Amino acid sequence: MNRFAELLDSLVFTPSRNGKLRLIREYFATTPDPERGWALAALTGELSFREVKPAQVRDLAMRRIDPELFGWSYDFVGDLAETVALVWPDRSGEGHAPRLSEIVETLRAAVRADATSLLEAWLDGLDGTGRWALLKLVTGGLRVGVSARLAKTAAAELGASNVAAVEEVWHGLEPPYEALFAWLEGRGPRPETGAAPTFCPLMLAHPIEEGELAALDPADFAAEWKWDGIRVQIVARGSGKRLYSRAGEDIGGSFPELVEALPDDVVLDGELLVVRGGEVAPFNDLQQRLNRKTPSLKMMSDYPAAVRLYDMLEERGEDLRGLAFRERRARLETWYRAAPRPRLDLSPMVPFESWDELAALRAQTRANGIEGLMLKRVDSVYVPGRPKGQWWKLKRAPLTVDAVLMYAQRGHGKRSSFYSDYTFGAWRDGELVPIGKAYSGYTDEELLRLDRWIRNNTTNRFGPVREVAPGLVLEIAFDSVHRSTRHRSGVALRFPRIHRIRWDKPASEADTLELVESLLT
Amino acid sequence: MPPKPETWLRVTPNGLYCVPGDFFVDPVLPIERAVVTHGHSDHARAGHRHVLATPETVAIMRRRHGADGTTTYQALAYGERLRIGDTTLGLLPAGHVLGSAQVMIDHAGSRVVVSGDYKRRPDPTCPPFEPQSCDVFVTEATFALPVFRHPPDEHEIEKLLHSVRVFPERAHVVGVYALGKCQRVISLLRRAGWDRPIYVHGALDGMNRLYEELGVPLGPLLPATGPSKKELEGQIILAPPGAVNDLWARRLPEPVAAMASGWMRVRQRARQRGVELPLVISDHADWDELCRTIEEVAPGEVWVTHGREEALIRAASLMGIAARALNIVGYEEEAGA
Repeated sequence: MNRFAELLDSLVFTPSRNGKLRLIREYFATTPDPERGWALAALTGELSFREVKPAQVRDLAMRRIDPELFGWSYDFVGDLAETVALVWPDRSGEGHAPRLSEIVETLRAAVRADATSLLEAWLDGLDGTGRWALLKLVTGGLRVGVSARLAKTAAAELGASNVAAVEEVWHGLEPPYEALFAWLEGRGPRPETGAAPTFCPLMLAHPIEEGELAALDPADFAAEWKWDGIRVQIVARGSGKRLYSRAGEDIGGSFPELVEALPDDVVLDGELLVVRGGEVAPFNDLQQRLNRKTPSLKMMSDYPAAVRLYDMLEERGEDLRGLAFRERRARLETWYRAAPRPRLDLSPMVPFESWDELAALRAQTRANGIEGLMLKRVDSVYVPGRPKGQWWKLKRAPLTVDAVLMYAQRGHGKRSSFYSDYTFGAWRDGELVPIGKAYSGYTDEELLRLDRWIRNNTTNRFGPVREVAPGLVLEIAFDSVHRSTRHRSGVALRFPRIHRIRWDKPASEADTLELVESLLT
Repeated sequence: MPPKPETWLRVTPNGLYCVPGDFFVDPVLPIERAVVTHGHSDHARAGHRHVLATPETVAIMRRRHGADGTTTYQALAYGERLRIGDTTLGLLPAGHVLGSAQVMIDHAGSRVVVSGDYKRRPDPTCPPFEPQSCDVFVTEATFALPVFRHPPDEHEIEKLLHSVRVFPERAHVVGVYALGKCQRVISLLRRAGWDRPIYVHGALDGMNRLYEELGVPLGPLLPATGPSKKELEGQIILAPPGAVNDLWARRLPEPVAAMASGWMRVRQRARQRGVELPLVISDHADWDELCRTIEEVAPGEVWVTHGREEALIRAASLMGIAARALNIVGYEEEAGA
């Protein structure tokens, strides 16, 4: 447990993705089975046991420490698991320090009544970091800023493998994943997944701008709408039916009505949407359904889910991924028309002759609530990842506003001495209210100049954050505006980035919140 | 019946004042006669007329404040006694930094010990704290909450060395207080077998040199300004806390921002400061050390100053020892504690 605890502790403090990846990979490379397998399960959210309630943890602490001292400590730290881990009288030299495998295996077999006494003995055996990690683990939610995909990527990098290869077998495996590690380290065969409904890693597109299209031949490409939902994969194989997110996470639990309606023996690629009477609802409606473990009947009827199909990867056990897109599309259409397909429909192809014609179509996407267009080479085979020159996404033109820089925060790693993260606002009744944050879209030279401007115009400092005088206008490009409680303004921008720095424009001439609100979708 | 200590040792706006000896302990404003426990700037202020301290603290103050001619220094070694007015004064090791002392004052049959800042774990750069029985023990309380338990130093140094192994292409820059923490971290690294040159920020030079002059070997040190980014890859660099995340650090290859301080124990606090590698290394006693010290000293009464007084008073009362807060203003809760 101590090694795993140290890993979690480092991950909490390491901001960069590469840094986290390096730490996890090093842990996998130097930790034996089954410990690393349980760690992989914990990081990917695949552990299941009865969680311990925060109230039980607090009661346990009260048996060991004066309530008044505990109260002051909790006030100072602000997090229950951390407070208990820190104030717990240290006897780590005396007790038995449990291994991660011991904790997981024991808890899986335990009834709730036993959990507290088990926990008490383990807390006595571990050091401060170990106790913190244990409490995070048993109360559910490590929250160390690591996605399941990142953990799988780190495992894949143990060998010469990639995350797609791991994702492909993942859903046929069980923790502690000994066969997976053996395969990745070249000590064993690829794990046999048989007829399990495993995920097929997705093929993704590169972004392209309208101006770059001229270099391509329109005859080589088919176009389709890029719907504003989330990309999903439907896998129906044997008796198993799954709905996977693009990262290979099984999200079927949030969409039971959809999973129930899925057809047999097929693997499909499509867009998950809320669809009412054939009309695609805004992305915000879909958001209501995402991350809800068990939706109510009302949720399901107010926000009905459907999948609009783009592609077909497998039919009755036959792998179609080696076929050209044109042929897969034909198979998809034939299959679709052979029987009623409730909650599924076909995303239509968008015929076009020239890039000018396509540009005209693109100009209408925003008005129609569509995110843009997809361009796929008609001869492209289905390859996981982002192969070059095969698929392109042509997003609708971004919106822009002129906002005023309000706060700047230092970055990390290469940018640790630069104020590189910016919070900007719009005017409301003569006052600036924050509408969003951006940390991309500028060149290295611009960053230097921004950093200097911020240092010279600071009015207040809060740790790594500086408040600046309202004097610099940033032209912000973004995809759309939504209602949100994240900022005081009540709105949030999607995909904001700095489009231009308006050194020339007075702050008083920047846009108002009213204007931003008029762009709400 | 000896006089009660509160009748002859008083809290004033200038600091703690000893009436029968007519001197202040660590006065926060310039005064006539000061007894100084250690060289940190909030305890050893400039501008006093006469200063009494250990020879090491005198050397540190001279180096810091220069020979401006306004202050005369008198050195008193550990274990020696000195008659001042109607008191007898002695200095005992406090284990905080080089030269740090507890002030022991005897007057008319009663004894007060003012701890200054102290810690109990071994420190290769200074002699250990000596518990001394007394009627009143005046203790610091910087980390007087049960959440502050400093792990073993070796564990924290290993955390740093592990990170250097995992990220060999980056520089590790550790924020340290110039007096004490800097030399202790260097010494701990040497003990852990790190015998390569350690790169240091210019602001730490003077104190490092003084420590070496006073007999604390630090091994090879090089200036951090000068070498190319390439040369600094995989190296350990020490800098004042304020420089770690700022302009100065731009010369370093993708620096990992580390900080050696007792405050690093609380994760949220470390994260707020933008620290990527928190090292819980402190020159102050942690909660267990504070409680153990009160138990060992077993004074008639404990007076608690600068820090989280209420928790330590509560702990003392749970031990059956009378305790109260001394509200002395002017000591900082500095980042490098």
